[in-house]
Amino acid sequence: MTATGARSQTVRSIMTVFFYAAATTLVATWLMPLVIAVFTSLKSMDELMSDPVMWKPPKVWRFDNFSEVWNRVGMSMYVRNTFIITIPSVIGTLFVSSLSAFALAFYRFKLNKAVLVTFIIGMLTPFQMLMIPVFRLSDNLGIRDSYAGVILFHIAFQLGFCTFFLRNFMKQIPYSLMEAPRIDGAGDFTIYRVIIMPLALSSLAALGVLEFTWIWNDLLWSLVLLQTDTLKPVTLGLANMQGEFVQYYNMTAAGSIIASIAPLGVFLVFQRYFIEGLTVGAEKG
Amino acid sequence: MKMGKNKAWWVPWAFLALPLVLYLFWVILPVFQSLAYSFTKRDSIIFGTQWVGFRNFARLFTDGQFWLAIRNNMVWLVFFVGIPVPLGLFVAMLFNTERRGNRLYKTLFYLPMTLSFAIIGTMWMWIYNPDFGALNTFLRMVGLDSVAVQWLGDKRYMTGALVAVGVWRQVPYVMILYLAGLKGVPGELVEAAMIDGASWWQRFRHVVIPMLAPATVVAMTISVIDSLRSFDIVYVMTNTKARAAEVLASYMYSSTFHYSDYGYGSAIAVMQFLITLGFILVYVNNVLKNEIER
Repeated sequence: MTATGARSQTVRSIMTVFFYAAATTLVATWLMPLVIAVFTSLKSMDELMSDPVMWKPPKVWRFDNFSEVWNRVGMSMYVRNTFIITIPSVIGTLFVSSLSAFALAFYRFKLNKAVLVTFIIGMLTPFQMLMIPVFRLSDNLGIRDSYAGVILFHIAFQLGFCTFFLRNFMKQIPYSLMEAPRIDGAGDFTIYRVIIMPLALSSLAALGVLEFTWIWNDLLWSLVLLQTDTLKPVTLGLANMQGEFVQYYNMTAAGSIIASIAPLGVFLVFQRYFIEGLTVGAEKG
Repeated sequence: MKMGKNKAWWVPWAFLALPLVLYLFWVILPVFQSLAYSFTKRDSIIFGTQWVGFRNFARLFTDGQFWLAIRNNMVWLVFFVGIPVPLGLFVAMLFNTERRGNRLYKTLFYLPMTLSFAIIGTMWMWIYNPDFGALNTFLRMVGLDSVAVQWLGDKRYMTGALVAVGVWRQVPYVMILYLAGLKGVPGELVEAAMIDGASWWQRFRHVVIPMLAPATVVAMTISVIDSLRSFDIVYVMTNTKARAAEVLASYMYSSTFHYSDYGYGSAIAVMQFLITLGFILVYVNNVLKNEIER
């Protein structure tokens, strides 16, 4: 008995050592590109040229690179533009999709499943299939090359995923919660607003965090719909910067880091929500 | 008993009106419009169009660049599923423990997933730089000079180098899916399977894997669909100028916006859509199958 106990004790310690060794190696390897980005952003061009070992910390930490990118290259403008696009898009798509999710979760009607499937197919459709028509539609509406054009597209396109996600959540809310107010004569919209939306707050938060990151990180749609440089988001600004500053790795690195601060911050603060949002469908209902 | 059973039929449609109108104009109609455009020839995105029947598709079949894009997409697909799914499962099994520090490890490992492809592409371009990039510097340090090639400058390695970046970002995503799936597997079961060496593989194969089947289906279908619409990495890291690395999405983009060949671009989009559609339907079918009726 004691022999097996000791044996399993040894196995346990070996497992623990293995875990820390494997986890540390894995994470260190995986994050190497990020470490390189941070170090590069803080080096001078001279140092980068004379010592090509990118994973070495800088000899002199040049925080000036950041202020230079922020002011001179116009990173501040691109970041501001990204906020202007992202925030209304997230709020808009959350609100509109909460309506469709409510309808699909709580009403029995003939086309219920068909509407749901339409939303899901749409969310998985290659963007190239939408590109030319959306360009033309925005042009006809006179909102191409404006924030409104990009924001409206994001709101509309993200409805697919958001409806799917919120509907799955709302399906778990028991109907009994709605019967009492119904008997009291409350209308459907009141039930949506007063009963369901407060219950859905945490899943709206999860979705909001995820959508914020996705819309913030979008490149293609701004590329297609925006021409004016002063309207462009940070992802496009960065791509432009690469053309101009292609030799200046430290500058592009600093720009990349500035462009990532918002989504990284949101992720770190709302981690739990983020993961909840991404795993929709992976767990059995 | 369903709510609203005795209510007017139009109530759900009143809630659906705004979302459906938006979806109709920005997503549903565009799919059919692109389909229609693929049978036309148009040199301007706004005006002028001429019906050409299947000519764009006939041209696709003899277009070497199109077949190259398909081939590259297949390389994307194979590696984008083949590496992240098993590796993501391995990482999830590793991190599915109560050991101290575990949460920090997981958080750090997720980080790449929160970054934009525009940023990731920029970062990896310095890593791949043939002369002083981190990758070749490292390879030379360990004496593998012959392996230190022109990652983004050589046709043979370009697509592989781009896929590697995509894989790097996809592994954490698959890990998240598996960690969610593992929540449904009793902890002692996995722990026991880990410790009991003799039957470890048996238990893993016959207990853990089947319980993770839903997560695997989601991970695989989403990875396939994403691999078929990969664009950002290719665009940022080659600016669609390196034609050897072109995938369907980027070929469609360059045909449309660099060569103003809108009908042809639409035909490429239609082919991309048709290839993806099968996998989309697998995903939809899976969703409907797991639907809990109440």
